Amino acid sequence: MSGIFYLAWRYLAFNRWKTSILVGSIMLIIYLPVGLNVVVEQSGEHLTARAEATPLLVGAKGSPLELVLNSLYFSLETPEIMQYSEAASIMDSGLAEAVPLYVRFRSRAQPIVGTSVEYFSFRELRLADGRMSAFLGECVLGAAAADALDLAPGDSVVSSPETAFNLAGIYPLKMKVTGVLERNFTQDDHAIFVDIKTAWIIEGLGHGHQDLAQPEAASAVLERTEDNIVANASVVQFNEITESNIDTFHFHGDLAEYPLTAVIALPRDQKSGVILMGRYVDGSAASQILRPRDVVDELLDTILTIQQFIVAAVIIVAIATIATAALVFLLSLRLRRSEIDTIGKIGGGRWHVASMLLTEIVIVLILSSALATGLTILTWRYGSAIIESFVLS
Amino acid sequence: MIEIKDLRFQYGEGDFCLDIPHLQVKEGERVAIVGPSGSGKTTLLNLIAGIARPQSGQIITGATDISALDDGAIRDFRIETIGLIFQEFELLEYLDVLDNVLLPYRINSALRLDATVMQRARELLTSVGIGDKLDRHPDKLSQGEKQRAAVCRALLVKPPLLLADEPTGNLDVMNKDRVLDILLDYASDNNATLVTVTHDRDLLDRFERIVDFKQFLSDSRDGVAAPGQGLDE
Repeated sequence: MSGIFYLAWRYLAFNRWKTSILVGSIMLIIYLPVGLNVVVEQSGEHLTARAEATPLLVGAKGSPLELVLNSLYFSLETPEIMQYSEAASIMDSGLAEAVPLYVRFRSRAQPIVGTSVEYFSFRELRLADGRMSAFLGECVLGAAAADALDLAPGDSVVSSPETAFNLAGIYPLKMKVTGVLERNFTQDDHAIFVDIKTAWIIEGLGHGHQDLAQPEAASAVLERTEDNIVANASVVQFNEITESNIDTFHFHGDLAEYPLTAVIALPRDQKSGVILMGRYVDGSAASQILRPRDVVDELLDTILTIQQFIVAAVIIVAIATIATAALVFLLSLRLRRSEIDTIGKIGGGRWHVASMLLTEIVIVLILSSALATGLTILTWRYGSAIIESFVLS
Repeated sequence: MIEIKDLRFQYGEGDFCLDIPHLQVKEGERVAIVGPSGSGKTTLLNLIAGIARPQSGQIITGATDISALDDGAIRDFRIETIGLIFQEFELLEYLDVLDNVLLPYRINSALRLDATVMQRARELLTSVGIGDKLDRHPDKLSQGEKQRAAVCRALLVKPPLLLADEPTGNLDVMNKDRVLDILLDYASDNNATLVTVTHDRDLLDRFERIVDFKQFLSDSRDGVAAPGQGLDE
């Protein structure tokens, strides 16, 4: 039997390209439905777990899916903007605790999440190193973000400019890293957390600049009245908040009108949650309230439907591929007629030849299955991260 | 060594019919078979080797009546007793030279492949001048090298009977002599019987006996010719 196996192996090794194509095709037939199922199940569990842990979400009217993906998974798509007063209103109602979110900016690929300290206790995020941010311009990194950016407490991180060639656009803000969080294997690991006001400074709603009352700023002053000073663009604006310039940072206008992307509402009890939801039933309200779990379930239903279509398509392709492989095998028997005759003339029996051909098929199937299994294991380990990056990008 | 009695063989319902009333080849004898194309020379080798089965008659090799053996027994008998050499070499393209020579040991459980056999294969290939090409595949060999490898495959089991079908048909003059030297030396050293089909009159002098197949196409019953006679011209 070892001789038969050896000959089968030599044949496959000699025809390595033909073998590779055959193995690759069969591997894909096995892997695609299994791997897809693993990915969908895993990412479903992952998405559901985070949605389940977030009781209620309030945001401006618009796409519920965008609101959930941005607020829970920090996706690139920014939902409709709501006002900060909405968070204050929820707090004032006494029905729920309100955790504001402003998720719009990034530092390279990492999302910058503007929020309040309540977010950390709500998500049970703990420091692994350093301290929590206490001042404007400070930030705390998720473990994966710290790894990706190769940063530690004491280092600095710069927000990415939104529009590099727009003079009126949002300029980068250099922020000091004060701490790194313990890894908790959620989207929080990838985030850069800043105070909500720091997020507004990144947007340019708050800023710090040289004191226009000082003589060295005189050349920049265009007009000075009792209440107001108008300056030109030569005024030095700070792109980093330090101990020496923090007092110059200020916000213009009413903070209640400042932007948020969402508010996580943490009802005191189930009844409070129902009452709070009732307040948004009125269609005239500018905001919407939703249970993230409902939105994620809807998303998963869509994904499952797509999965079923894909599996059906894969099965059809599999039948076609197997039929083609069988045809190729039968045609190759014709091409190998002289080889089979030689083996017979020398003293090999029909069953030797049949065993050899069967062994070739078995080796191809084993290789394909082994590769498909390896890919499935990889998918099991990294698949949900891949699909989440697709869904959230 | 080989005795053929009242042999009759026909391919299906075709016109060709091989009819040999009697033919004997002694042990250790070196016989050349000549005759016109299509006269049944290769068919006779196939019948002696048990590759083809006669409609009637007997083929006795040594003490074995191979026409009485079943397919499995014939294969075992062939692989242990007969060394076959073909005009087209019939080497497997996906095996290197060494593996081609070892092929009989890999396709039949009657033979046992061990380190001694492998060593003998290497020595045999070295003795015919291709010991440095063990890992080459047939497409990287010259015609002469291919035939020498094929001869080694036939000789490895130390068969008492060699059947060669135009072994020099595709070779140049130098390689013809070299391959024939190998076959004749083996037969001489091991008292093996050598039956060779050939069209090459220059080689006939080196055989003890020539069997002309013309006679089997006519009514003649004498199948023996003198060296140099009876060639297909």
